Amino acid sequence: MLPIIFVLPLIQLIILSNASTFDVKNIKFGYVDHDHTSTSSALIEKFNASTYFNVLTDFGSEKVASQAMLNGEVDVVLEIPSYFERDLQKEKRTNLGVTINAIDGAAAGLESVYVTQIVQSFHKNLLVDLMQASDSPKIEAVNIMTIPSFWFNKTLNYKTFMVPGILVLLVTMITLFLSGMNIVREKEIGTLEQINVTPIKKSQFIIGKLFPFWIIGLGLLTVGLIIAKLIFNVPIVGSLPLMYLYTSIYILVILGIGLFISNFTDTQQQAMFIAWFFTVIFILMSGLFTPIQSMPKWAQIVTEFNPIKYFVQVMRMVMLKGSGFTDILPQLLKTLLFALVMNGLAVWSYKKTN
Amino acid sequence: MSIIVSNISKSYKKVKALQNISFNVKSDEIFGLIGPDGAGKTTLFRILTTLLIANKGAASIAGFDVITDYKSIRKNVGYMPGKFSLYQDLTVQENLQFFATIFGTTLEENYDLIKDIYIQIEPFKNRRAGKLSGGMKQKLALCCALIHKPKVLFLDEPTTGVDPVSRKEFWEMLKRLQGKNITILVSTPYMDEAALCDRIALIQDGQILEIATPEAIVKKYSKAIYNLSANNMFELINSLKEYKHNHSVYPFGEFVHYTDCRPDFNPTELKVFLESKNLTNIIIERTTATIEDTFMELSK
Repeated sequence: MLPIIFVLPLIQLIILSNASTFDVKNIKFGYVDHDHTSTSSALIEKFNASTYFNVLTDFGSEKVASQAMLNGEVDVVLEIPSYFERDLQKEKRTNLGVTINAIDGAAAGLESVYVTQIVQSFHKNLLVDLMQASDSPKIEAVNIMTIPSFWFNKTLNYKTFMVPGILVLLVTMITLFLSGMNIVREKEIGTLEQINVTPIKKSQFIIGKLFPFWIIGLGLLTVGLIIAKLIFNVPIVGSLPLMYLYTSIYILVILGIGLFISNFTDTQQQAMFIAWFFTVIFILMSGLFTPIQSMPKWAQIVTEFNPIKYFVQVMRMVMLKGSGFTDILPQLLKTLLFALVMNGLAVWSYKKTN
Repeated sequence: MSIIVSNISKSYKKVKALQNISFNVKSDEIFGLIGPDGAGKTTLFRILTTLLIANKGAASIAGFDVITDYKSIRKNVGYMPGKFSLYQDLTVQENLQFFATIFGTTLEENYDLIKDIYIQIEPFKNRRAGKLSGGMKQKLALCCALIHKPKVLFLDEPTTGVDPVSRKEFWEMLKRLQGKNITILVSTPYMDEAALCDRIALIQDGQILEIATPEAIVKKYSKAIYNLSANNMFELINSLKEYKHNHSVYPFGEFVHYTDCRPDFNPTELKVFLESKNLTNIIIERTTATIEDTFMELSK
């Protein structure tokens, strides 16, 4: 069992961290060129040069393009109108048609941004060219450039962002499932009956149940951090003892939840389903994959009671930002409160007599 | 009195598991609860070991009330559930040490009590409990139940699913324990084991039918019992049931046990009747009553 507990989650960490990318690459791009001028082909050349787009086809007409979109052969279609070059030179303005497959909303948003960026940079270069052509030294190209400075994750490496989050997820899932299955398993086998006639105290029993999983949880964190450093080269800016301090309290919360579930169920199957129900809600509402700020108000209130949310925040803050003890104090106190409540409930709900 | 049970009733929703159970067990007595599966034996055990709370009635174990003084009971009783309930992935020795620690004692402290039993499983002390044979498991479970020198020992069907040799050995061990100031309440569905108890209670459908010594219970059975056999046992039973003077008919081993409702029963008359039903090789002979016969009679 022990190899399974350690090896499987770490394989997950390695696979998921690579797979759960928010970058949108290899976008299937098609275009309809009604203009057929050097300017229009220069624009298409821009797309071709981009690493995001795979320029696939030149569609003969709009109709063919929308058919290809329907068949899923293409994600983005750019339509260049007739007289594109002429309008641009004479009137200094023209329109481009962009059609994006928005079944995956997040990807469509990014694709739209990429298209706009390319068109804008093309436009800027074009303005400079046109001005040079008209040979009027009075007018200078006005360039307003924004140079973003990304803090804490300079290269916008999504792995830096995801690895701490996925590590959180694994530590949570393993400890919750193990503790959730535990007492109920003893109920099924019958060993609990034998324990219940002994003079052992309820709190002693629960602590005895907690401790091994607490050690396993911290062990998982250790191995996960080593992998994060060695394989993904995630920067660990903050202090390790602080991370361990927070995690050791956090695991108590999860174990308390697990034992509480275990006390209320009669079979491992029931415990499994309930544990699964809570993990899915906790994970999807943790801000791990989607930002909490964009959730509806009521959901944001619900996340206040989600321990995973605080763990994700703390791990990212400490690992990437180097936050200190006082920075994570609010999260630490809330987690401590959850730990006390959940373990209190676990002891209370464990009944030696029916 | 070591165990006092008065008017205990327990029901699960609509099923009445126990109805007004009352009995007393004297110190150092082996008291047997004899009854078929589903009679309520395990429910009674769970109430007496403080795992379950009765709907009605009171009980005390070794002078402690099961409701108010349950903590003292847990220190002073040993319980061996019907289902093997030790940790299967711990070894024999680890299980013993674990339970000794929980009870705040050590293996050495009460070693003389379990010595006779432990010696038999000692060669396998490093084997996992789950890998032991049925008889070995029972011996280990008994050791674990005795490790803290309990005043009262509860054994719920300790010999169910155990081979005849191990069963015999197990009862010999119980007899030896009796000499060491331990009161034993044991349940079993086997009527032959009942004869080994000091006193027995016959229990069925949550009610006690009779409490007495095994000898007294057998003596109470006044009717003459006949062993019957013939070439076709199935036809024999059917024919006997048709016979208008029959009192009870039930298969018993290789024979059919038959009792007649008339005091002046004549076996030849029955033989003539059976021959008229085309049965051959008919044997009718007197036999002595056993506890099983008493049970069949009482549960009619």
